[in-house]
Amino acid sequence: MRTALSALTLLRPLSLRDALRMMRDDGPLTPLAGCTDVYVGLNLGTASDRRFIDLARLEALRGIAVRGGAIRIGALTTYSELLRSPLVRRRLPMLASAAGAIGAVQIQNRGTIGGNIANMSPAGDTLPVLAAADARVELRSVDRVRTVPFALYYTGYRRSVRRTDEIITAIEVPPVEGAQWFRKVGTHAAQSISKVVMAGVRAERPRIAFGSVAPTVVRARRTEDALAAGATIAEAREVLQLDISPIDDIRSTAAYRREVAARLLTQFWSSTAP
Amino acid sequence: MGLVVGRSVLRSDGAAKAAGTARYVADLARPGMLHARTIRSAIPCGEVTRIRLDFDRAGFTIVDARDIPGRNVISLVADDQPCLADGVVRHVAEPVLLLAHEDRERLIEAEVRIEYRPGTAVLDPAASGRAFKTVSIAKGDLAAGFRRADFVVEGEYRTGHQEHLYIEPNGMLAVPENGGVTIIGSMQCPYYVHRALTALLGLAPDKVRVAQAETGGAFGGKEDYPSMIAGHAALVALKSGRPVKLVYDRAEDLLATTKRHPSVVRHRTGVTRDGRITAMDIEVLLDGGAYCTLSPVVLSRGCLHATGPYRCDHVRVTGRVVMTNSPPNGAFRGFGAPQTLFAAEVHVERIAETLGLDPVRVRAVNALRPGDTTATGQVLGEDTAALDVLRAAARRSGFARKRRAYRGTHRGIGLALFFHGAGFTGNGELHLQSKASLELTPRGARVLVSSTEMGQGQRTVHAQIVAEALGVPYEAVEVAVADTAVVPDSGPTVASRTTMIVGGLLRDCAVEMRRRLGRLSPAAYLRRHGPLVVTRQYAPPPNQEWDEDSYRGSAYGSYGWACDVIEVERDPVTEEIRPIRVTAAHEVGRALNPLAVRGQIEGGTAQGLGYALLEEVVLRGGAMANAQFTNYVVPTTLDIPPLDVLILEKPYAHGPFGAKGVGEMPIDGVAPAVVNAIRSLGVDLREIPATPERVMGAPEIGGLGRATDGSSAPGRSGRGQGTRGQGRGTGRRGWNPGASDAGAPKTRARSR
Ligand SMILES: Cc1cc2nc3c(=O)[nH]c(=O)nc-3n(C[C@H](O)[C@H](O)[C@H](O)COP(=O)(O)OP(=O)(O)OC[C@H]3O[C@@H](n4cnc5c(N)ncnc54)[C@H](O)[C@@H]3O)c2cc1C
Repeated sequence: MRTALSALTLLRPLSLRDALRMMRDDGPLTPLAGCTDVYVGLNLGTASDRRFIDLARLEALRGIAVRGGAIRIGALTTYSELLRSPLVRRRLPMLASAAGAIGAVQIQNRGTIGGNIANMSPAGDTLPVLAAADARVELRSVDRVRTVPFALYYTGYRRSVRRTDEIITAIEVPPVEGAQWFRKVGTHAAQSISKVVMAGVRAERPRIAFGSVAPTVVRARRTEDALAAGATIAEAREVLQLDISPIDDIRSTAAYRREVAARLLTQFWSSTAP
Repeated sequence: MGLVVGRSVLRSDGAAKAAGTARYVADLARPGMLHARTIRSAIPCGEVTRIRLDFDRAGFTIVDARDIPGRNVISLVADDQPCLADGVVRHVAEPVLLLAHEDRERLIEAEVRIEYRPGTAVLDPAASGRAFKTVSIAKGDLAAGFRRADFVVEGEYRTGHQEHLYIEPNGMLAVPENGGVTIIGSMQCPYYVHRALTALLGLAPDKVRVAQAETGGAFGGKEDYPSMIAGHAALVALKSGRPVKLVYDRAEDLLATTKRHPSVVRHRTGVTRDGRITAMDIEVLLDGGAYCTLSPVVLSRGCLHATGPYRCDHVRVTGRVVMTNSPPNGAFRGFGAPQTLFAAEVHVERIAETLGLDPVRVRAVNALRPGDTTATGQVLGEDTAALDVLRAAARRSGFARKRRAYRGTHRGIGLALFFHGAGFTGNGELHLQSKASLELTPRGARVLVSSTEMGQGQRTVHAQIVAEALGVPYEAVEVAVADTAVVPDSGPTVASRTTMIVGGLLRDCAVEMRRRLGRLSPAAYLRRHGPLVVTRQYAPPPNQEWDEDSYRGSAYGSYGWACDVIEVERDPVTEEIRPIRVTAAHEVGRALNPLAVRGQIEGGTAQGLGYALLEEVVLRGGAMANAQFTNYVVPTTLDIPPLDVLILEKPYAHGPFGAKGVGEMPIDGVAPAVVNAIRSLGVDLREIPATPERVMGAPEIGGLGRATDGSSAPGRSGRGQGTRGQGRGTGRRGWNPGASDAGAPKTRARSR
């Protein structure tokens, strides 16, 4: 049963400062960005949140720019904006690929990268990219700003280090050396949730991350170590099985995910071979 | 081509739907209207011990089984399904209680808790001890047929549930008036709803009025369940004395309403070395769910299509549809035929594989021809077109050439030959006694039928038939809303019968009206003679006899014939199967509106691709666990390949202007053609949906070989080396065909 809307509260700050104050004083509040995840929960009646804060007017959360060598992407940046950005396309093609693989055009127009991170689904398609790129998440509360390495952002299934008074304001991506690779394995051609999703960077020390194969997005560190140490791809595929812990669920099976993750690794390795 | 018939005139319902001005039940409101909500069971089987209403009841109308003035059943075939559970629940999402309130928000917030004493649920149809119906068809001498065979090929084939996913969820508006109730809503069959409500409410027929609102798709899903929803809305309306609207959201519609019956079909077939079928022994098992609904009729149609479009002198078909504690399954486009034709066509493919014969040739040798008899002994007429569609599809698609060219690649090509009987089965049309009326108007005529428009083009095609036969322009024919206060009972809008049967009655009405008009224009006739309404009632064509007890005789007035050739590409990394081209040759008697026929073929094919590849109802503890678009995956436009549609015409003598039914047939052959294309890649798949998980888990077909990405996971070695018989008969997901399953030669199969 749909959530009754009259019982909901919505705060609509005009500035980041006001928003952060509300987060501290009027919380707990659920931030709203593109609402593409939030509305699904409200429509199914599975969302327990009753008090919301609309981030839409916070200009400070928009824009893509280079800062100190890194690309800084505002949390409210939509997938369409990522796709249109020459900077993203040139320096982070794997992020552009991920953005183009999300939902379909309507969702790309509304869904935001901040929402993808904050929603904490292990199937979020940009997450392996951010993990493989060693991105950092900028979190702000009234009295401080902190920057958390993406690898430390999630602490478990749908849990993160974000405090209830914090807003994700931006994502910073340091320069990425090496060939980038991304592939999503979904349920069909569009509007699909990943069964397995992988991003990889082929450098001296490869960086490899997977989504939908563990309670959170995972960096396949042991696999990276093995490949960096000169393991064959067959050996690396064996090692990969230790890095991931997929389950059977409504969309797929653990066995399928294990096998496909291994095949993706092979495909990545052969298609990025120097 | 006629003046009107045979032309793709504009659909009369199109503009309003495209412009968004068409009004569906969700758009309707009445002063003082209440919104209603259904409280449902959360367990598959048990007794209700307590119901707790934890909310302030001010302004609420609450209805339970005790409020039912008539009989607590949804009157249809067996009258076994309660409208509201009375102490016992037999499936998840069974209606127990109704709440209504003026304010939807209050209604949504109301919390009801039901306590149960759970019973033992039966969820596996094979373990069910109760059959809603059994069917047995026998022809010739089975043992003699098998004696004539060089080989016996056996196999078991499975299909899953399918959800209709009409774009408009179910909904009804009930208005208490004139000492009774008026229903307006989304439905296929106003008179089914009418009959169910008179029984439920204990009202005289003239106290119940049922009118169709604009209906956004149905596919069989609005054949029986709307009677339930109308019953609920009516009960609340009568208790509260106020208009009541009851509209489902998508999740509720998915959880509670009917689906296509899952099936397990076993074949045992005798064949000669050169591919002639000498004996067919077929067993059909359908999962009916918790109540009978239309299951007996679905089983019947399934069994009547179980042989596929093939000639054979020695046939036995036995079928059972059983009760389980899952939500009831019901009507769905194809109505049992997609399940049994899936089995038949994958099995024929396996016969070709076993014998090392060309799949087109095996089908051509055995295809039914004019003058042949079906399993029930029906002698087929000159409009039998199995060979025509087979040849047309094979030629147009370049089947033979592509089959060779794709060998050893990730592309596959497969086909399915199939047929579909139009109209009600056996004596069904006779019992229905359908009527259609035509009323003269100053400009032309007004069609009065209970057939419903649900997006398929009923209003358009009926108007075309009348315009042609009456000799007036298409625009001069109106079609009345299907309202039981206005139109006669023309039977339900199901079974591909609306053009062929009801359209036939309308043609007869129009011919008679034209005779009465003589040389007068409609306006002049009305001035001189006053109003004119012509009514016709169905009478079966000559020599169409059927014996329900022995299942002998003419099962259907006519059959449409079709052949689908489907090309697929397998992704070697993900095992995803992508259809890349469909060639569909369909023989439809006469295409009264070629664009509408094309629409049915394209839409049915798309729906069939979903059935074949993507759509899977995940049941957990008897409840649909993926009751949302996110996880019940249907094809989007991006998943549909180019569709090459060929329409063939072999007119049916008793159809209007030669037309046969066309609505259901297009979904019948897609799944087997897809699976046969996958089989051509060396994957021994016998079950749908052909998800990547299932393709990956399927054994190889001996000898055909199978290309992969070249590397295998631990324990999966041997892939891609064409190891003969590897993994054959491996049980997976409860599919354990056992020793009898492998294509067992009577004498030894040639080694390949
Ligand atoms: C049809 C459809 C298809 C989809 N397809 C995909 C897909 O292919 N791949 C994929 O990964 N996802 C998909 N999604 C999910 C969703 O679109 C994405 O996760 C999207 O990025 C969410 O962004 P949003 O701005 O809409 O988030 P919202 O719905 O607004 O918010 C999501 C969550 O994040 C929180 N939040 C949002 N912004 C912030 C912030 N700045 N600071 C703190 N918390 C915040 C919210 O409180 C909420 O908990 C799909 C959704 C739909 C409805």
